[in-house]
Amino acid sequence: MSAHTADTTFPPDSFYDTGEHHPQNGTMLGFWLYLMSDCLIFAVLFAMYGVVGANYAAGPGPKDLFDLGLVAVNTAMLLLSSITYGFAMLEMARGRQNAVLGWLAITGLFGLAFVGLEIYEFAHLIHEGAGPQRSAFLSAFFALVGTHGLHVSFGIVWLVVLMIQVRKMGLTEPNRRRLACLSLFWHFLDVIWIGVFTFVYLMGVLR
Amino acid sequence: MQERSELMQTLFGRLTLEAIPYHEPILIWTFVATAILGMSLLAYITRKRAWGTLWNDWFCSIDHKKIGVMYMILGIVMLLRGFADAIMMRAQQAFAFGDSMGYLPPHHYDQIFTAHGVIMIFFVAMPFVTGLMNYVVPLQIGARDVAFPFLNNFSFWMTTAGAILVMMSLFVGEFAQTGWLAYPPLSGIDYSPSVGVDYYIWALQIAGVGTLLSGVNLLVTIVKMRAPGMTLMKMPVFTWTALCTNVLIVAAFPVLTAVLGLLSLDRYVGTNFFTNDFGGNAMMYVNLIWIWGHPEVYILILPLFGVFSEVVSTFSGKRLFGYTSMVYATVVITILSYLVWLHHFFTMGSGASVNSFFGITTMIISIPTGAKMFNWLFTMYRGRIKFDVPMLWTMGFMFTFVIGGMTGVLLAVPPADFVLHNSLFLIAHFHNVIIGGVVFGVFAGINYWFPKVAGFKLDEYWGKVSFWFWLVGFWVAFAPLYVLGLMGVTRRVSHFEDMSLQIWFQIAAVGAVLIGIGILAFLVQIFVSIRRRESLRDETGDPWNGRTLEWATSSPPPAYNFAFTPRVHDQDAWYDMKRRGHQRPTSGFVDIHMPKNTAAGIVLAGISMLCGFALIWHIWWLAAASFFGLIAATIIHTFNYDRDYHIHADEVTSVEDQRTRQLAAQQG
Repeated sequence: MSAHTADTTFPPDSFYDTGEHHPQNGTMLGFWLYLMSDCLIFAVLFAMYGVVGANYAAGPGPKDLFDLGLVAVNTAMLLLSSITYGFAMLEMARGRQNAVLGWLAITGLFGLAFVGLEIYEFAHLIHEGAGPQRSAFLSAFFALVGTHGLHVSFGIVWLVVLMIQVRKMGLTEPNRRRLACLSLFWHFLDVIWIGVFTFVYLMGVLR
Repeated sequence: MQERSELMQTLFGRLTLEAIPYHEPILIWTFVATAILGMSLLAYITRKRAWGTLWNDWFCSIDHKKIGVMYMILGIVMLLRGFADAIMMRAQQAFAFGDSMGYLPPHHYDQIFTAHGVIMIFFVAMPFVTGLMNYVVPLQIGARDVAFPFLNNFSFWMTTAGAILVMMSLFVGEFAQTGWLAYPPLSGIDYSPSVGVDYYIWALQIAGVGTLLSGVNLLVTIVKMRAPGMTLMKMPVFTWTALCTNVLIVAAFPVLTAVLGLLSLDRYVGTNFFTNDFGGNAMMYVNLIWIWGHPEVYILILPLFGVFSEVVSTFSGKRLFGYTSMVYATVVITILSYLVWLHHFFTMGSGASVNSFFGITTMIISIPTGAKMFNWLFTMYRGRIKFDVPMLWTMGFMFTFVIGGMTGVLLAVPPADFVLHNSLFLIAHFHNVIIGGVVFGVFAGINYWFPKVAGFKLDEYWGKVSFWFWLVGFWVAFAPLYVLGLMGVTRRVSHFEDMSLQIWFQIAAVGAVLIGIGILAFLVQIFVSIRRRESLRDETGDPWNGRTLEWATSSPPPAYNFAFTPRVHDQDAWYDMKRRGHQRPTSGFVDIHMPKNTAAGIVLAGISMLCGFALIWHIWWLAAASFFGLIAATIIHTFNYDRDYHIHADEVTSVEDQRTRQLAAQQG
C-alpha cells in the first residue's frame, strides 16, 4: 500500500492535534439536506398529482377552474419576494442592519400578498363546489399547492421572528447564519413554485 | 350508548370512558402488570433520589453518548412489548384449530400483528440502530459530539413520543387492525372508522420527524467533523455504513411523511387520494409506502453490516479483508435499494416487463451482499479468531443471514412470488434476515461496545446462553413457517380448519419460547454484569485490542471524548497508533468548547405528543392549542443564544491525570 508507506514519514508525535480543533460549521450543509428532504415531500405530491391529476370524477377540470391572470400576479409576487430577499442578503454582507430589515419587511409583504391571493383562490374554488373532496384531481391540487402555501406561511413567521432577533441582537454570527438558512428556504420555495406553476397551472390549462 | 352532550363532545372529542378496554381481561391484566412495574420503577427512582440526576444529566443531556444509551434502553423496553405481541400470536396459532377458536378474538389478533410489526421496525430496530450510530460514530471519527447536539436530543424524544403513543393505544382505545403498512382502502375512514389507524399515523409521523432529523444530523457529522487525516477511504467501515444509512434515511423518510400525510387527509378532511371512488388510486399508496419501505430495510441492516465488519476484524486480529470492496458494496446496496420497491407487490398487476425489471434489480442486490460475506470469511481466514460473544453473534449471523438471503432471491423471481406472495414463507424470509441480520447485529454491537459505554465487560456465560437460545430458538420458530408457507398457508390468519397444520405451529411456538429465554438471558446478562462489575472492569479503554478510534479513549469516555483530537494516518487509526508507539499527551491541555444541556427537546416532543393525542381523538381545541404552543415554544427556544460553555483546562487536566494514573496502574 503506497499511501501507507508515505504515512510513516509522519513523526510519531503527530498523532494528536494539540490545541483546540475546530471542525467546519455544518449548519448550511445540514439545512440544505433538510431542504432536499423537503423537496422529496414535494416530489411525492407532484407524483400524486401526475397520477391522479386527470381523475376529475365527472367534476370540473383545470380549464374550468384556473384563472391564469390571478396565478400570474401570484407568481410575480413570489418571484419579486425572492429578489428582495437577495437584496437583504447583499445588505447583510455590507453589514447595514436597517437596510437588511427594510428589505426583509418588503419580502414579507410580497410573501403575504402571495399567501393572500392563494387563500382567495382556494376560497373561490371551494365556494364554487370545487373543494378538495370533489375529486382526486382536486385533492392532489389542494395538497400540492396548499403544502407550498403552508411553507410560505411558515417562512413568513420565521422571517418576522428573525427580524425581531436581528433588531435585538444585531447582525451577529448566529443571526447571519439564520438569515442564510431562511434565504435558502425562501429561494427553494420559489423553485418549487416554478414547478407548480408550470406543471399544474400552465400544463393544466393546455390539457 | 346514550347521546353525549355537546359540551362533552367539544371537550373530549370522541374520547369516552368506553375507550378504556375494561371488558377485555387480557388488557386489564396487562395494565395491572404494567402499572405495578411502572409504579415500582418510579418508587425506586424516588427512593434513590435520582430524579434530579435523571432529568439534568440524562433527559436534558445533549451528549451523544448519553442519547445513544437512551436510544438503546428505549429499544430494549420496546423489544419486550414487541416480543409479548409475538408470543401471543404464536400461542393463538398453536391452539386455534378446528373447534377451538383460541383465546384472541380476530379484532384483537389483528391489532396484535399490526402492533408487532410497527413496534419491531420503528421502535425496536430503529432506536437500536440509531443508538449504536449515535454512540459510536462521533467516537470513531474523533469528534467531540454530533453536528447538532440539541437536535439529537430532540430527535430522541420525538422517537420516544411516538413509542409512547403506540403504548397508549393499548389502554386507551385500540391500535390499527390493518397490518404494519396500513394499506388503503382498508385503512381509509370507511373501513377503519375508529382511532386505531390514527394512532398509527401520528405515532409514525412524530417518530418520523425524529428519525429524519437524526439522519441529517449524523450525515453532517460524518461529512464535516472527521478528525484531521481521516479521508473518506480511511473511515472505519461502521462509519461508512452509518453514512450510507443516513443518506437513505434522509432520502426515504420524507416519502413516508408525505404518504401518511395524504392518508390522514383522506381520513380527516375527506379527500380522495386512496379511496375507491371519486378518482382515488389506492395503488399509489402501496407504491409510495414501499418507496420508503424498501430503503427502510437497508437503513436497518447496513449499520449492522458495519458492526459485523468491526467485530470480525477485531476478533480475528486482522485488518478487514477487502476494505475498498466493502465500501463500494455498501454504496451499491444504498443505490440499488431504491430500485427494487415493486417486488413487494409483483401480484398487483404491473405486467411482465415491469416485474422482470424489479425482479432482476432485486437479484442483483445479492451480489454486493455476497461480496461482503466473502470479505468477512476472508478476514477470518488465517486469522487468530477469538470466540468472544460478539464474534459468536457474528458467526450466527453469517450462517443465518445467508439462508435468509437465498430465500429472498427465491422470492425475487416473479413467478415464484406469485405462489409464495403473502404466505408464511415470506414471513419466515423477512424474519430470517431481520432477526438473523439486524437483531444478531445489535446484540453483537451491544456486547462489543458495552465495555466502552459502561467501563466493564458484559458477563460471558449469560451472553453465550442468550446467543444459543436465540440462534436455536430462531430456527425452531421460523423453519416451520417456511414449510407452512410452501404448503400455501397465508399470513395474518387467526384460526385454521386443517388440523394437519397444527404440529408446525406448535413447533414454532416452542421456538418462540426459546427466543423468550434468549431475551431473558440477555436481561440476566446485563443484571449479572452490573453486579459483578468490579471483576469485569476494563481499565485500559481497549478491552478487545481494538483497531478504531473509539478504543483510543477511556471507558467510559469523558464528556469531551478526546482531550486532543487524534490525527489519522491509517484506516485502522488506533491500531496504527498503537503499532507505531504513539505517546498519549499528559500535559498542555486547553479549554474545550462544549454545547449546554437543555430541556427544550423533551418539552417540544411532549407538546408534539399531546398534539398527536388530540388529533387521534378529535379533540380539536387541544390540537389547535398544542399546535400553536409548539410553534411558540420553538420560537422561544430560538431566542436562547447562550448555548455553549467551556470545560476549563484545569478540569480536563484532572480528568486526564486520573486516566494517566489508571493506565500506569495497569502496566505496573
